[in-house]
Amino acid sequence: MLDADFFHRWMTRTAASVDREAAHLTELDSAIGDADHGSNLQRGFTAVSAALDKEPPQTPGAVLMLAGRQLISTVGGASGPLYGTLLRRTGKELGDAPTVTVEELARALGAGVAAVAQLGGAQAGDKTMLDALLPAAEALGTSFEAARDAARAGALATVPMQARKGRASYLGERSIGHQDPGATSAALLIAALAATDGATGGDA
Amino acid sequence: MLINVPETVVADALRGMAAAHPELTVDVENRVVVRRDAPVAGKTALVSGGGSGHEPLHAGFVGPGMLSAACAGEVFTSPVPDQMVRAAVAVDSGAGVLFVVKNYTGDVLNFEMAAELADEEGVRVAQVLVNDDVAVTDSLFTAGRRGTGATLFVEKIAGAAAEEGAPLDRVTEVARQVNESSRSFGVALSSVTTPAKGSPTFDLPAGELELGVGIHGEPGRERRPMMTSREIADFTVDAVLEDLRPRGPVIALVNGMGATPLLELYGFNAEVQRVLSERGVVVARTLVGNYVTSLDMAGCSVTLCQVDEELVRLWDAPVETPALRWGR
Repeated sequence: MLDADFFHRWMTRTAASVDREAAHLTELDSAIGDADHGSNLQRGFTAVSAALDKEPPQTPGAVLMLAGRQLISTVGGASGPLYGTLLRRTGKELGDAPTVTVEELARALGAGVAAVAQLGGAQAGDKTMLDALLPAAEALGTSFEAARDAARAGALATVPMQARKGRASYLGERSIGHQDPGATSAALLIAALAATDGATGGDA
Repeated sequence: MLINVPETVVADALRGMAAAHPELTVDVENRVVVRRDAPVAGKTALVSGGGSGHEPLHAGFVGPGMLSAACAGEVFTSPVPDQMVRAAVAVDSGAGVLFVVKNYTGDVLNFEMAAELADEEGVRVAQVLVNDDVAVTDSLFTAGRRGTGATLFVEKIAGAAAEEGAPLDRVTEVARQVNESSRSFGVALSSVTTPAKGSPTFDLPAGELELGVGIHGEPGRERRPMMTSREIADFTVDAVLEDLRPRGPVIALVNGMGATPLLELYGFNAEVQRVLSERGVVVARTLVGNYVTSLDMAGCSVTLCQVDEELVRLWDAPVETPALRWGR
């Protein structure tokens, strides 16, 4: 069973991972976007960590809702509303249960990913964060590791795609050959989830 | 770059703007710029905003006759809904607020969330989406046309209507008409360097230019060997006219992207006026300068707005903002 502390550690681990990879995300974004994805997410997850540490929420749902709200308030761009909606909707689906099962998380994440698709009007193959999130949410029904691997494979699979959503879509065929920064950061989020599961005790 | 650290460039700029413009109320912490006399009783308010790095857009257009408030996002990143709601609440007199939104995924999503939140606060909100850039194919396969130079036309002309006392639905209608009557095309002679990255966003060798660029350093649709000002004017004006096909006079904006001197912009405008004349297009008014910029990018864009007498009258109406000021 996963408790609020687990979700707190997941977010903290994501923040650390985004910190570490910020330059790489920005580099990917400079190829097909406007070179700020890393710094934007870094600002957002730093705020998430601080907010969670200040007043740790008591349920898994509340952790994700608070994290999502922080992202919407601090990130801006498309990433703020999209990541914010992902976490808020997933948290809302988890309700106010003190602990949740992996199956419940998988179902909630699926709903969160669907909300992202609806908000951005995107689908699989558009070269967006969904290309990592959709397979990850599905694989989470099997295991955390399967979700991590599916997200990574999904992010890599965006390389040959032509972007149809977001700023990269303005490039048309010139967007082909570059890995999507949003799918890459989404894979970090899922990798942090798997790492949190693998960690023991209070490791953050 | 003339900065301290990338993290504080926007706040630093707003502090400097506040010092230079006591006629504005600048909330540096929340990054909202409001005309000092807001809310103006009975007046429809206009709120816009977007990523920083496009100055004077948008904060430079706050004041009587144009915007009531502007929200400044991070560099090239849209503001967050909290800023927009704060701005809307600050300027609403009860007559409602028009959000002027440039068509970029981030701006659209954040303004949509803000509209919902403002509604919960009891503020009546309408939105107009600016999407004038003909360099982008508007289809299911893109995020749709970008909003660029026409933003200035929408903010000026709808702002004048609001200043005259037009209600929210009429101001919104004028804003939509201006957007639908406007088209733009931009050219880059050099890349942007964002403070966060510190090196050029794309690699554009001297002797080449990028056609069809937006205002975020995103590459354009085509790269060619350097052209003369005359050739660039022919190409850009024809690209705009091919899509706009005006059946009346136009207002022309010849806009610099930030690093092109006025000497070159005025020379370019001479060529723009020549092409328009050759194509039989009557120019009612012309504005030349750096208005919708892209940090330190060299280059220019042309925006044309087909106008009738009413739109010209609203264009000529008094405006008193840091970057646009006439008639008072």
